[in-house]
Amino acid sequence: MDTLLPVHDRGGPAQPLLLASGLRKHFPVPGGLLGRSGKVVRAVDDLSLSIAKGETLGVVGESGCGKSTVARLLVRLIRPDRGTVVLDGDPVDEPHGITVNELRRQVQMVFQDSFASLNPRLTIIETLAFAPKAHGVSTAEARQRSRDLLAKVGLEPGTFADRYPHELSGGQRQRVNIARALALQPRLVILDEAVSALDKSVEAQVLNMLVDLKTELGLTYLFISHDLNVVQYLSDRVLVMYLGKIVEIGAVDAIYGNPRHPYTRALLSALPSMDPRKRTKEAPIQGDPPNPIDPPSGCRFRTRCPFAEDVCARAEPALTDTGAQAVACHMSVPGSGHSKAA
Amino acid sequence: MSELLQVRDLNVTFVTPDRTVHAVNGVSFDVRRGETLGILGESGSGKSVTLRSILKLHPEHRTRWSGSIKLEGDEILTMKGGELADLRGNRVAMIFQEPATAFDPVFTIGQQIVETIRRHTGKSEADAQKRAKELLELVRIPSPAQRLKAYPHEMSGGMRQRAMIALALSCNPSLLLADEPTTALDATVQIQVLLLIRELQRELDLGVIFVTHDIGVAVEVSDRIGVMYAGKLVELASVEQMVDAPRHPYSRGLLASTVHGGMRGQRLEAIPGAPPDLSEAPSACSFAARCRFAESKCLAAPPPLMSMGEGHLVRCVGTVP
Amino acid sequence: MAIQSPSLEISTGSVKATPASASRGYWQQVRRRLARDPITLICAAVLILIIASSIAAPLLGLADPYKTSMLRRLQPVFSPHYLLGTDELGRDMLSRLIYAGRLSLFMGVTPVVCALLIGGLLGITAGFVGGRTNMLIMRIMDVFYAFPSVLLAISLSGAMGAGASNTLLALTLVFIPPICRVSESVTTQVRGFDFVDAARASGAATLTIVRVHVLGNVLGPILVYATSLISVAIILAAGLSFLGLGVKPPEPEWGLMLNTLRQAIYVNPLLAALPGVMIFITSICFNLMSDGLRAAMDVKG
Repeated sequence: MDTLLPVHDRGGPAQPLLLASGLRKHFPVPGGLLGRSGKVVRAVDDLSLSIAKGETLGVVGESGCGKSTVARLLVRLIRPDRGTVVLDGDPVDEPHGITVNELRRQVQMVFQDSFASLNPRLTIIETLAFAPKAHGVSTAEARQRSRDLLAKVGLEPGTFADRYPHELSGGQRQRVNIARALALQPRLVILDEAVSALDKSVEAQVLNMLVDLKTELGLTYLFISHDLNVVQYLSDRVLVMYLGKIVEIGAVDAIYGNPRHPYTRALLSALPSMDPRKRTKEAPIQGDPPNPIDPPSGCRFRTRCPFAEDVCARAEPALTDTGAQAVACHMSVPGSGHSKAA
Repeated sequence: MSELLQVRDLNVTFVTPDRTVHAVNGVSFDVRRGETLGILGESGSGKSVTLRSILKLHPEHRTRWSGSIKLEGDEILTMKGGELADLRGNRVAMIFQEPATAFDPVFTIGQQIVETIRRHTGKSEADAQKRAKELLELVRIPSPAQRLKAYPHEMSGGMRQRAMIALALSCNPSLLLADEPTTALDATVQIQVLLLIRELQRELDLGVIFVTHDIGVAVEVSDRIGVMYAGKLVELASVEQMVDAPRHPYSRGLLASTVHGGMRGQRLEAIPGAPPDLSEAPSACSFAARCRFAESKCLAAPPPLMSMGEGHLVRCVGTVP
Repeated sequence: MAIQSPSLEISTGSVKATPASASRGYWQQVRRRLARDPITLICAAVLILIIASSIAAPLLGLADPYKTSMLRRLQPVFSPHYLLGTDELGRDMLSRLIYAGRLSLFMGVTPVVCALLIGGLLGITAGFVGGRTNMLIMRIMDVFYAFPSVLLAISLSGAMGAGASNTLLALTLVFIPPICRVSESVTTQVRGFDFVDAARASGAATLTIVRVHVLGNVLGPILVYATSLISVAIILAAGLSFLGLGVKPPEPEWGLMLNTLRQAIYVNPLLAALPGVMIFITSICFNLMSDGLRAAMDVKG
């Protein structure tokens, strides 16, 4: 096979591009006898989400919330303990569905720019040609494609093809990371803190480019970031995670304009003020994000929540639809037993 | 002397067999007690190098300094050995971005704070322990007596950062240097630490220099903001002046390209291009290659710092007072 | 008049590279740095001299290293006809020292090369695959690692009997665990880098990923460690021969020569020390070269 065959849309616009149900991933904590200590890091617990074709779904959360684990589960770099992933109607890694390799042709990931996101021993063009060659494309064709990709991400092929990663700036490396993700012509691109390590002025350039590429290539994005401003700018819908669970999900204007979950509200008020006359007077919540090794019983946020009551320790709130968004909080569920519930 | 710190025409160049880097090219500013100067810049702007030069932290054999840094009248750049040791941690203290690496992992927090106190003030062990506990209370660490016996890895990121602030304040410095201390912290923790620094500054009448690349953070903590680019201060103004009416094209570009939600649906105004290579000292305006308003006079000579009135300084020949 | 910003296409957002000198790959940079390091160059020159002279020994017009002469035993250094004197059986020392280089160097380098191949393969596999395979391989290595290397070498040689080939086998077995351990450690580290995950996410076969992405980053440190073992191997081989467990007489070998010249210490100490001097020089040169290689490979970026 000389060229990559394009993958066709199968379900039409109404079918979600990606549907994840009940994903669970626990990591054993090393230590103790025989390398097992009995404790687990409950990174992701019973998580379900759907991504519509052509949308940008933003994922926000602080350290330990599990958003990077979700990204790796969706690309199958890690196998979930439980749960299913369905790509455009085809279940993944199941007898009647598509294989993991076929999933990888359609779902690709852009990593954060770190010194180890590109192989330091390979030239840029060798890095970009690697994936197509692994899928059977001839070397000559793969190299030509790589040059086209470089041009598409704004890096002049003649100059950059034979350079090494250490000779590029952070912004340039990130463009290469994006080009690498596009090499197999995927339909869904997962961006895991893809602009977080960049300077603000470079970040703006790269964001503009991401918007252009999405329109030009008909991509769908899952945009993971801790930067609430960038997520608001880029996303159509936003999902807020805390300790391995989704606490709120909805259209971007609903989440930012009328946040229902106490954690979402705290996150938004923790943003530094841009007005020196209206500085932040008090921190919205105290303490650090807790450890996912022993999450609190019931609602995981209750230890830092100003509105926590007994029911919050007893029962875990389910993600409930409240019109513009879905919230996992007893206060938003009528009849839950919380004093503030309708 | 009302000025706590006076920096005049600071130049810092790194010389190695492979290459030369003119990291800082003629920076001048003052800091008073009870005031926070925020230094805003991107990577390669020279902001961290400027800060570290105040404590002469770079290796002597490959760093060349020129200019003057005076702390309460004493010239820092000519200090060596004992004088420098007396300065560091005692009169000037610094907090860093990575609290995990600022502490020695094999000693408890208490041991490290006590050691610093005893080395600089000669207090007894008991007195130093008492002071260490007071410091942990000052930085609002809960259960301070127990925390003194904790090792760095047993504490969360936010707690470690507070402990680092406690360590920095242990000998009553008059000047606190902060090198991106909240960059690695989560949003909800970052705001707590920023508020803490502001409160401590008021309580202890400290002078603070806060280096950051985040405009929001700079606005939250600073009284005055200096913007650095390619090793120079391109604008120096009060925080209100900087937010309401930035004058330098780079400052304006920086503010315009900082993403916030209100920009949804619009194209971002990115500053085109990239910062210049610093292997040679600048002979013209370093920003001209990326500037929309560049003219021939910008390429003729390095622009001087000009006053716009009311303490607002701009390094651009295109601006008019 | 406004000047158009040079070399930029603002509308298409394309960027220019930082004006750098010609692109240099990692190994090219390492070679350049090695070439600039005086100590490495001197050691390399000395080693080339020793190796070349021992390989070309028959062509150098030396005396017969096996020819004994009871009359001319233990002649001192700088005697007429005998530049470095004679040994306890009247054989020419200079000739024996140079010929001995062949066996001593062979016994030093070969076990390391074999251990590199076997230990490296095991270590890289353990590091990349992880999990139970890793545990299995590394715990087996730990068993061998528990013995001090000298003791292990002596026991193995003692069990198998003396002779050059048994020594080679024993030394190879001694060096496999440390090389395996270093390989596993480096491979595990590289395995955790994002670019390896990116390669996995592209759907490439495992062997392809190892070949293209892992080997290039892992072989360097392993090689440096292995070269540092050569000096140890030379000393161990000489030690075994000294104890009578290695090479058998009358073969010239530095360690063996140290043994047979023991009595000469009272008569002519300089003579007795000569083989030791050769071991010392060779071993230190390998050691310093290994250090130089490590420093050269510590390139930033």
